[in-house]
Amino acid sequence: MHTTVSQNPRLVVVGNGMAGIRAVEELLKMAPDLYDISVFGAEPHPNYNRILLTPVLAGEMALEETILNPLEWYAEHGIQLFTGNPVTRIDRVKRLVISADGKATHYDRLLLATGAAAAMAPVPGNHLPGVMSYRDMADVEALTRSSALGGQAVVIGGGLLGLEVAHGLRARGMEVTVIHRRAWPLDKQLDQRGGVLLQKAMEARGVRFLLGKETAEILGSAHVTGLRFSDGTEIPADVLVMTIGIKPRIELAQAAGLQCETGILVNDTLQTYDPRIYAVGECVQHRGQTYGLVAPLFEQAKVAANHLAEYGRMRYQGSVTSTKLKVTGIELFSAGNFMGGEDCEEVTLLDGSQGVYKKVILQENKVVGGLLYGDTSIGPWLFQLMRDGTDVSAFRDNIVFGETHLGDAGHSGENQAARLPDNAEICGCNGVAKGSIVKAIREQGLFTLDDVRKCTKASASCGSCTGLVEQLLASTLGGFYDSTPKKKALCGCTELSHQEVRDAIVKEKLLSVRQVYAYLEWRHPAGCATCRPAVNYYVRTAWPMEGLDDPQSRFINERAHANIQKDGTYSVIPRIYGGVTSPAELKRIAEVAERHHVPMVKFTGGQRLDLLGVKKEDLPKIWAELDMPSGHAYGKALRTVKSCVGSEFCRFGVQDSTRLAIELEKNLERMWAPHKVKLAASGCPRNCAESTIKDMGIIGVDSGWEIYVGGNGGMKVRAADLLCKVKTHEEVLEMAKAFLQMYREDAQYLERTAPWVERIGLEKIKATIVDDANTRKTLAERMDFALSQEKDPWKEAVSGRLDIHAAPMRRIPA
Amino acid sequence: MEWMALGTLEEIPARGGRYVETPLGEIAVLRNENDEVFAVSNQCPHRGGPLSEGFVSGKLVFCPLHNWQIDLEKGEAVAPDSGCVKRFPIRMEGEQIWLGLQEITP
Ligand SMILES: Cc1cc2nc3c(=O)[nH]c(=O)nc-3n(C[C@H](O)[C@H](O)[C@H](O)COP(=O)(O)OP(=O)(O)OC[C@H]3O[C@@H](n4cnc5c(N)ncnc54)[C@H](O)[C@@H]3O)c2cc1C
Ligand code: HEM
Ligand code: SF4
Ligand code: FES
Repeated sequence: MHTTVSQNPRLVVVGNGMAGIRAVEELLKMAPDLYDISVFGAEPHPNYNRILLTPVLAGEMALEETILNPLEWYAEHGIQLFTGNPVTRIDRVKRLVISADGKATHYDRLLLATGAAAAMAPVPGNHLPGVMSYRDMADVEALTRSSALGGQAVVIGGGLLGLEVAHGLRARGMEVTVIHRRAWPLDKQLDQRGGVLLQKAMEARGVRFLLGKETAEILGSAHVTGLRFSDGTEIPADVLVMTIGIKPRIELAQAAGLQCETGILVNDTLQTYDPRIYAVGECVQHRGQTYGLVAPLFEQAKVAANHLAEYGRMRYQGSVTSTKLKVTGIELFSAGNFMGGEDCEEVTLLDGSQGVYKKVILQENKVVGGLLYGDTSIGPWLFQLMRDGTDVSAFRDNIVFGETHLGDAGHSGENQAARLPDNAEICGCNGVAKGSIVKAIREQGLFTLDDVRKCTKASASCGSCTGLVEQLLASTLGGFYDSTPKKKALCGCTELSHQEVRDAIVKEKLLSVRQVYAYLEWRHPAGCATCRPAVNYYVRTAWPMEGLDDPQSRFINERAHANIQKDGTYSVIPRIYGGVTSPAELKRIAEVAERHHVPMVKFTGGQRLDLLGVKKEDLPKIWAELDMPSGHAYGKALRTVKSCVGSEFCRFGVQDSTRLAIELEKNLERMWAPHKVKLAASGCPRNCAESTIKDMGIIGVDSGWEIYVGGNGGMKVRAADLLCKVKTHEEVLEMAKAFLQMYREDAQYLERTAPWVERIGLEKIKATIVDDANTRKTLAERMDFALSQEKDPWKEAVSGRLDIHAAPMRRIPA
Repeated sequence: MEWMALGTLEEIPARGGRYVETPLGEIAVLRNENDEVFAVSNQCPHRGGPLSEGFVSGKLVFCPLHNWQIDLEKGEAVAPDSGCVKRFPIRMEGEQIWLGLQEITP
């Protein structure tokens, strides 16, 4: 591998942990081929989720379940991985890192992500066997082995880590005592009242506390046997875990002459004093601050990756953090200044019998900190208020009750669900009210969106209420609900995510839904209503020519090529390019409607004509008589390009929007997509065609066209973002194809452009198709190729090449 | 009992269905991935959706209108939904499918 001469510069990552690998992942997303990457890790494992060590120690989870990036991931991305092989020296002059095996590796860019180590109390005996730290998988393995012998465990330091390890060892059956200097545990996150509640809850689980104690000496000769405190008292110990804090691992950087204080010093681009060397994670000190939680490290990783990818756009400006404790059954949330102080005000709530305590600290009518114990449901909202610096004067006195009690005085948007009355209908499709969802979550112990869908049906159909249901989950479950779980399975038939399935289809050249199911070992050989259409779509977009379309994996609408109505009849919407028709065409449509007694003829919101109430059996006949192409108004496909009059007739018009709309529609018709796609073109900024709430909207200006993307006018309105300005129709067409092809290849099935644009970010889209003419061109070409494979389904059906099974299989007379 | 010939297996798309007009109303004839065939009334217990247009997987059909799942062996909607569809007997003789025009009563 190393012998091949490569053109790419080499990025070496020191530290195969959470921050370093996150940075690599972010980098691969932005610039997959920019670097040859080597990763050195001191630990023998691929990157795992350190946060989950406690569930592993407590026996609630297996080691394998914590792996974030399996070895195959490294191989797939061509990353050289050296595990169990720490870097021992950096030669900045020759740009080499020397690893423990003596090997020298050249770097062009170096990323330091060495994390932190457990701090050890400087007391006699701290190196005795049986004195352990709690930091990595090796520690968990050692603790698991020791705990098998039973006996007394003593934990020095009653912070988050201390309490977690105490919980884990207790779950392993040891007698556990936590020693803490201060008068209550978790004093960095809790005030005394909260600390006492927590202590009681932990004691109820069998963990003992010795508070206000300073350790003077660790006792024992061949192995730890106990410890002595500064007041002369002693306790016995078979295992001693030191969790008094963490210490950034800066030795390597220091020895290389990089500026360090507590951590390695970096600027807002995560660059160290040597411009070729970046650093992220717990080893870093940024604007005087070090961090010990993953959220800020992930923000750092994103910024560092952005600069390594040579985008050079983002800045890291420090993070506001909040903490939660992961001890099963104890809810705790704290953020910011929760102790209060001068010129601060407190709003508190205490319910001792229920074990609930809430406290919010305000300064000049803004939330500056908070602490929630027992009921953390308002945590996310509070944290948001704090980060946004929202003025809360209108509801300050009721703030501890959360948004539910704010009436309309508060805040709009963020969490409407919590404010709704119990009888409010959340899921319009299935008629499920808020009360029944909350009840089901509480009484049936539901945890995930999928659980809620199964048990209540809420959000199981069109999915547009998913956001509200998630809010209800979040507010009902509080700290437990994590809306971004490790990985979201495509559906109950598999563990793989949308992206993983998609990657496999591309990589293994899987050409049909059946092949996908067989190769990826689907649990149900015929899948379900969720995965079938999604997988079929992924196969078709990955392999437009060779891929096998499976009609039985399409929703009925896309199989019948008409929109099914509530009574089982269908609607027929022929394509009328740009909404421009003719008297002859209108006459023909009218005659067809009359001849077949079509119950209703209606203009759609998208400027087309809809014949409603058609029996399935009559569809092919009607299509034949209309002799017009399918309008695809039934599909996850290009629907309509709405247009305004434009410069041909309108006295304000500056561009010919009707012509552009027709051209767009002709160029894009028959395009299947992850979800429906609606376009519009307006002839001047008065924007009569409402271009700014379309998936892609074009607005004419004097000098050409403005192109907007990601708009939506449905259930959740979103104004489109300006993508770019161009001069000619040809440029609009190319840009439209590129944007929609990118969407087709990247968005998840059933993800509209609006959430997709928000998820991946406008910047990335601009970089891909506006700034990069080559990619734009190849994307547009891929679109053209995919469309060239599509035929008009109505014509196919009329000519007999496509059987939509319109007629009954048999008629059995009475 | 009256048995009516429906046609052959290949007339029904695998993992999908067709419908049959009968004096007892429309009946959905559904075929799963193992070529087992089921016949139930072509009306979803929810709001009457045509089950013949649903996705068939194993013993289940997913209604095309609001995605209720109907257990074809029990003739019942899968919890949390509840409701019944009438079941009708099917007999296979080689490729030939026969439908019995009498509801199966439990
Ligand atoms: C038990 C436990 C529970 C936690 N719970 C939470 C939580 O609930 N929420 C939260 O936000 N955070 C939690 N944290 C903190 C979180 O895990 C860390 O903030 C995060 O892992 C730090 O990431 P990092 O990449 O900076 O360091 P690490 O993940 O420690 O990665 C650094 C890696 O670099 C390796 N390394 C060091 N020096 C070298 C070298 N010279 N050469 C090669 N490799 C080297 C190390 O062995 C290590 O594998 C928890 C931590 C622990 C220990
Ligand atoms: C499963 C659900 C839905 C189906 C099958 C559906 C179907 C359709 C159809 C067939 C059209 C006409 C297409 C055309 O203009 O050519 C249409 C247009 C439209 N629909 Fe829906 N629709 C659904 C949900 C919604 C929802 C929930 C909203 C908003 C609350 C919505 C808003 C609109 C609007 C605003 C238009 C016209 C605007 C335009 O086409 O530019 N639709 N829909
Ligand atoms: S958008 Fe402008 S050009 Fe088009 S109709 Fe309205 S005013 Fe006229
Ligand atoms: S009609 Fe079948 S699910 Fe509603």
